[in-house]
Amino acid sequence: MENNSTISNLRPDLQAIAELIRPGEKVLDLGCGDGELLQYLVANYQVTGRGIELSEDGVLSCVKRGLSVRQGNLDEGLGDYPDLSFDTVILSQTLPYLDDIELIFNEMLRVGRRAIVSFANWGYWRCRLSFLLTGRVPVPPGLPQPWFDSPRARPLTVRDVGEFCQQHGIRITRQIYLQGAKRIPVRRDKNLRATVAIFELKR
Amino acid sequence: MQAQRSVGIVQRKYFTFAQDAPMPLDSGETLGPITLAYETYGQLNEDRSNAILILHALSGDSHAAGYYTPNDAKPGWWDDCIGPGKAFDTNKYFVICSNVIGGCQGSTGPGSINPKTGKPYGLNFPVITIADMVRAQRHLIDHLGIDTLLAVAGGSMGGMQVLQWMVSYPERVRAALPLATTARHSPMLIAFSEVGRQAIYADPNWHNGDYYDKTPPNTGLALARMIGHITYLSEESMHQKFGRRLQGRERYGYEFETEFAVESYLKYNGNRFTERFDANSYLYITKAMDYFDLSNGHQRLADAFVNSAHITTLVVSFTSDWLYPAYHSKEIVSALTAVGADVTYCNLQSTWGHDAFLLEVDTMTHLIADFLDRVVRENGIRLPKPVVEAQAVSK
Repeated sequence: MENNSTISNLRPDLQAIAELIRPGEKVLDLGCGDGELLQYLVANYQVTGRGIELSEDGVLSCVKRGLSVRQGNLDEGLGDYPDLSFDTVILSQTLPYLDDIELIFNEMLRVGRRAIVSFANWGYWRCRLSFLLTGRVPVPPGLPQPWFDSPRARPLTVRDVGEFCQQHGIRITRQIYLQGAKRIPVRRDKNLRATVAIFELKR
Repeated sequence: MQAQRSVGIVQRKYFTFAQDAPMPLDSGETLGPITLAYETYGQLNEDRSNAILILHALSGDSHAAGYYTPNDAKPGWWDDCIGPGKAFDTNKYFVICSNVIGGCQGSTGPGSINPKTGKPYGLNFPVITIADMVRAQRHLIDHLGIDTLLAVAGGSMGGMQVLQWMVSYPERVRAALPLATTARHSPMLIAFSEVGRQAIYADPNWHNGDYYDKTPPNTGLALARMIGHITYLSEESMHQKFGRRLQGRERYGYEFETEFAVESYLKYNGNRFTERFDANSYLYITKAMDYFDLSNGHQRLADAFVNSAHITTLVVSFTSDWLYPAYHSKEIVSALTAVGADVTYCNLQSTWGHDAFLLEVDTMTHLIADFLDRVVRENGIRLPKPVVEAQAVSK
C-alpha cells in the first residue's frame, strides 16, 4: 500500500538509524515530523511504532501514513509513559530545538531500553571556518533555516554531546558519523569531519 | 475523492426493550420499557464487523445524516461527516446513531408516557447518567446482532459516551473517537449547566416539570439555550461572525430592543430550540453530563481504562475550545498512554470554539478517514462487497 519508502530514498541519517533497529521492536519516535522514518520502520522492520510531534501538519501527515502519533511538546517530558515501555526511543534531528536536554535524555532512557539520538554537528570544519571567516553563526548542512528563522535553541557539536553523556552517566554504545550522505570512520577527527552524528545510548 | 454526497432519504426506526425486566440505572432506580429511536446508514458486511456507533451531543438526536423527505431544509446534524466518501464513509461502514435515553426525539425520556400512570413522566422520570445512556445503547447493538463495534465516535457529550463505552464494554469496541470532550465534567461546566437549569426552573410555565398538557416553559428553555450557545463559540468566532454589527438598523436606538447581530442570533436560536426540544430533557441530560466522572472510584483516571488498552483511540481537541479545553483531552491521552493503549491525539487549530468539532469539516474528514483506514487494515476488516467492486471500476 504505502510501502514506497525503500532504503534508497530514505535520508542518509534516517537510514543509519534504521540500521540500528531490530525487527519487531517497540519504537517511540520523538519529534517524528511527517512520520517518514516511523513509517519506514513499521513497513520494513515490523516495529510497533509510536510518535510524538509538535506540529499539527506533522501529526496529520503521520495519521495519513497510518501511524499512531500524539501531538505534544517534548519539553513537557514523557511523564505518562511507563518505565521501559519501549525497546528504542529515537530523537532524530530534534536535539537543538529542546529547552531541557537533561530532562529529555533522562526520560528517553527511563521509557526506553536504549535511545538513538541523531544531530547536526556544528563542529564540522566548514562550520568552524565559516564562523571564523564571515563572523556569522554557521548553518550546518541539512539544517536549512538561518538562525532567525527557526525555533532552534542552540548549536551543538559531537564533542559537546559526548561530554554531556559522560558527565551524566550515559554510555554511548554505538556511534555512526556521516559527512553528507557518506559514512566516515570513527576517528579522532570525527568532530571536524562529520556533518551528522548518530549515537546509541544506554544507562 | 471529495464527492460530498448524501446518504439520501433516511428513516427513523424504533427499538423497544426492558418490557418485562426494567433496566437498572446508576441511581439504583430502574427504567422500562425503554424505546430507542435510531437510524442506520450504509450496509453491514458479512461478518458484521464494520459498524460504527455515532453518539450525539446534548441537543442532538438520532438524525445524524441524510433527509427525512426531499423537501427537508436541513440534513442530519453530522451530515458533513457521514455519507459516501465522507469521514465516516457509508460506502465502507455501517453507521448507527440513536437518541439518548432522557432525550425527546423518539427515545424514552421525561416527556414519554409513564406506563404506571398513563401520563408523561415529568420529574418522575429517574435521573440518568452517561453510563445509563450507554447501557441502553448496548441493548440496541445486541438487537442489531453486532458483537464488536468497529468504532464508537462522538463530540462533546457524544465523546463522554465514547469514553463510557470504552470503560463499560471495552470488549465490544475496536476503535474510539472521543472528540472535544472530557473524562470528567469540570466545575465550570457544571456551573453553566446549573445556570441553564435555573433558567428553566424560573419559568412560571415549568410547573415542576408537569407542563405537558399546558404551555411549556419555552422562555426558560430558550434562555438556557442562549447561554449554551455562547459557550459553544469563542470570542474570535463571535468577532468574525457578528462583530459589533447592528441587526436591521443603522444606528443605536438607546432602548432595550434587540439591536446587535449577536443578540438577534442568540434570540433566534434560543426560540428555534424550543420548537424541537423539551425543557425537562434539557434538565435530565445536563444533569447526566454533570455526574460524568470516569475517575470516580479510582485513584487515577488511568485505572478506569485498565481493560481498554486494546482499543485504538483518536482523541481530538480544538485550540479555541474553552468549554472543553485541550488539557481535558490531554488528560484522556495520558491515561490511555499509561495503560499502554494505542492513542493518537491532535489539538487542531481552529477559531470556532467548541463548535469546531462540527465545523472543521475538511481537516476532520481527512483525520477521521485516515485513522479509520488504519483500524480497518490492522484488524483485517473486510469491507462490504459493492464498494470493492466500485473501487475496482474507478481504477
